[in-house]
Amino acid sequence: MKLVVDLTRCQGYAQCAFLAPNAFTMHGDGEALLYDPEPSDDLRERVLRAAAACPVQAIVLDRGPVEDGSQRAAAAAARRGDMDEEFLRTGRIVIVGASLAGTRAAGALRYQGFTGSLTLIGDESAEPYDRPPLSKQVLEGWVPAEHTGLPRRDAIEADWRLGVAATGLDLAAKQVRLADGSSVGFDRLLITTGVRARPWPNPDEAALDGVLVLRTRQDADRLRRLFAARPNRVLVIGAGFTGSEVASVCRELDVPVTVAEAGPAPLVAALGGGIGAIAADMHREAGVDLRCGVMVTALEGENGRLRRARLSDGSTLDVDVAVAALGGVRNVDWLEGSGLAAGPWGVACDAGCRAFDANGLVTDDVFVAGDVARTPQPLFGYELLALEHWGNAVAQAEVAAHNMISDEAHRWPHLALPVFWSTQFGTEIKSVGVPNIADQVVVAQGSVADRRFVATYGRRGRLVGAVTFDQSKWLEFYGRQIERGAAFPPASRTVDQPDRLQPSAAEFPTRPIPTQDATVVLTGHDPAERRATLLPS
Amino acid sequence: MVTTAPPSVFAQILDYANRADPYPLYAELRKTPVARQDDGSYVVSTYQEIVDLLHDPRISSDARDAGAADAGEDPSGVPPAFIRTDPPEHDRLRRIVNRHFGPPHTPGRVDGMVPDLRRLVTGLIDGLAGQPEVDIVDQFAYPFPVTVICELLGVPREDEPRFQVWAQALVDALDPGTGDPAERERKRAAATTEMGLYLAGLVEAHRRSPGPDLLSALATDDGPEGRLTDIELLAAATLLLVAGHETTVNLITNGVLTLLRHPEVLERLRRDPDLAIHLVEELLRYEPPVHFLPNRHALDDIEIAGTTIRGGAEVVLVLAAGSRDPEHVHDPDRFDPDRFNPDRFGLARDRDQHLGFGGGIHYCFGAPLARLETQIALAELARRLVNPRLVVDPPPYRTNPVLRGPRHLHVAIDDITPAPD
Repeated sequence: MKLVVDLTRCQGYAQCAFLAPNAFTMHGDGEALLYDPEPSDDLRERVLRAAAACPVQAIVLDRGPVEDGSQRAAAAAARRGDMDEEFLRTGRIVIVGASLAGTRAAGALRYQGFTGSLTLIGDESAEPYDRPPLSKQVLEGWVPAEHTGLPRRDAIEADWRLGVAATGLDLAAKQVRLADGSSVGFDRLLITTGVRARPWPNPDEAALDGVLVLRTRQDADRLRRLFAARPNRVLVIGAGFTGSEVASVCRELDVPVTVAEAGPAPLVAALGGGIGAIAADMHREAGVDLRCGVMVTALEGENGRLRRARLSDGSTLDVDVAVAALGGVRNVDWLEGSGLAAGPWGVACDAGCRAFDANGLVTDDVFVAGDVARTPQPLFGYELLALEHWGNAVAQAEVAAHNMISDEAHRWPHLALPVFWSTQFGTEIKSVGVPNIADQVVVAQGSVADRRFVATYGRRGRLVGAVTFDQSKWLEFYGRQIERGAAFPPASRTVDQPDRLQPSAAEFPTRPIPTQDATVVLTGHDPAERRATLLPS
Repeated sequence: MVTTAPPSVFAQILDYANRADPYPLYAELRKTPVARQDDGSYVVSTYQEIVDLLHDPRISSDARDAGAADAGEDPSGVPPAFIRTDPPEHDRLRRIVNRHFGPPHTPGRVDGMVPDLRRLVTGLIDGLAGQPEVDIVDQFAYPFPVTVICELLGVPREDEPRFQVWAQALVDALDPGTGDPAERERKRAAATTEMGLYLAGLVEAHRRSPGPDLLSALATDDGPEGRLTDIELLAAATLLLVAGHETTVNLITNGVLTLLRHPEVLERLRRDPDLAIHLVEELLRYEPPVHFLPNRHALDDIEIAGTTIRGGAEVVLVLAAGSRDPEHVHDPDRFDPDRFNPDRFGLARDRDQHLGFGGGIHYCFGAPLARLETQIALAELARRLVNPRLVVDPPPYRTNPVLRGPRHLHVAIDDITPAPD
């Protein structure tokens, strides 16, 4: 039996951990849930109880073909509108990228009645798998890396081309080129190629034994083995979510760990400096040697093995393992020269997931979803935002799939409020909205000292985001307040409110503007001839 | 000539005459999602609005916070249990009790009760043998959860006749529809005091010689957040004892009643006991044991569904109406045992959550236990009762509109099949 927990929905009710304690476990003293994505068969009845009991139905099980009542199919048809029936039956849809977004989109296409040809292309040879467990229960050694397969993959009738990367896109011929030299033609294309880990920038140092990134199953399995061998010290480079989760697992395993973060605090890009300082306390209380405002300038080895790291403050550190947790690089290389607006910032698209070409014109037959997509957020000044969140991949994939088989009048905009979570140091951190456009922050409920609080974020007097530490049952309230454009700081009286709401600076680092590089040249004079062309990177 | 206004929809719901089938009135109630009552309170009956308010930090469950003139120490001398408090006090009390009941500190406790639950159910059904007609309430649905909660807490089962009287008074106090409020309140305070005194003696005994039960653990253990004070412990124990046996009885009885009204589902359950697992979720939606949540009030003005709930006003969340809201659930008045089949979850936009155990921070503390009890009870009854038929339909109901359920459920049976090995 396979399962996945949609932790975007989870509110920490722990019903699953009561009813199937060997498959679901709560950590810390709050809401941090870890689970076994492939529990053994002797837990079957308990896992069924757990899944049925989830108050927010966040547990997705896989124990056979999915029922699809005719009633639902009819409802789906009504939502699609007057779509060309011929296309629904005989059209060709290709999805490039067979991870979470691609798999979810494929499932949604079939569920909503697309019976034509469906091809999924993925560069990894493994069946599609779920990544969030990799930096948590897999690294801890509880769950084997290969036990992270996404449920319901088998139920999706499609041609799965796994282990063959897409290498090019010919929009005019409507063909995707593959690494094995073949091509696949499409009527409609969905791009869900996601991101890969940003490698350590010095290739020689990156090649040392003991220097790793964490993105794939293989990465997680290698790192788990290294941790199990009890290294003398692990260096984590970068204290974003992945880096912080890796450090948390090290401490769980009682492995000494140093975290080097160039910014002033962990999670500063997501939570700002003020709340990041609380995350810094969590690191240190757990025994992490946290060093902020410090860059790793060199990784040094002996006989090809990592031995030490040099830091920008002049110090050196003896380490056996270094994890470069430097964020992601969007997988757009294969789109170079395709004429789409694809670059280091991702693939830009409209709110309906239709890709922009290099001119900024929306395309009809090319769609984008997941980590690689950069999409306008009407709620936040129509800024184009790329969100590398699990929940965004799921929600956007569903919208993209729907729009690929719907007429213009029935298209959906992808307007889901961003939500993300991180499980670290026994604490469940969740966020709703877009905290990192905020100028101010204030703790609206709970106690920072107890590590149980709600921080609200405002921009020019309006609520734009909220972050909870082990207080996720309140999150949807703040999400609704954000949707309604509520005032900031919050003016209402609530339970568990601090005596005084005194906002302080949110302290987000200045964001690099992805478009500030001159990557495009404009040609032609007449409007009919005017064109933008992307320069090769 | 003096004319009186017709009773409000909510007043009709409280009227015992409508106890057997309040659902048409709930449909009427939902026409005004947030309805202001003559007494200044607000009755909320639609799914989304209830969910919103369950998660709204401007809603308080603590009467001491209401700013009422009589706010102060409870006349019973016992402080409110966590169900009637707000964070941070609520969270602390609930965490400390939960330390000994569930994850993360005691993850296996409820799951580990399954063999005991099966044994109790088997014994009670064995006891029905040889009777052509049985009362499911008195002979099964009441004694089963009472025994379970007594064993869990460490309360002697033979004391049931004593604490049953106090528990009844506490439950009656939740019923806003009957009797004089002052008299009801006086009875509640008196019952709280007596129950507290009774439990204080037990706690003292358990502290001297602790057993494996919850009262012993709470009386002796010192977690990182400290031990409950004696008076906090009495409040929590009272809540667990009352809630543990006044609610599950309704869920099980409503389940038997619903199955007897849907014989084809009963037959499926007989053949496939696993069906009980998600059937219970539909039961919690369709015939829930707790129909509404009184005792909450707004701390501030709340704009919702085109209405403003005024700060200080009482707010009543009618969970049973929300769970049958057609805006939320497809075909809500149909009992569909497959509605909560987990194989269906995760399929986009087809989510039928129920409000059977509330939601938000006050989500039912005993929910995992109530689920297991009901799953095991219904599966075993379906398997072992031979040709069960309702003798009276509708059955006579208890007076309480909040904890709604039959007072008796007379069922004719041909035989009892032997217990499985």
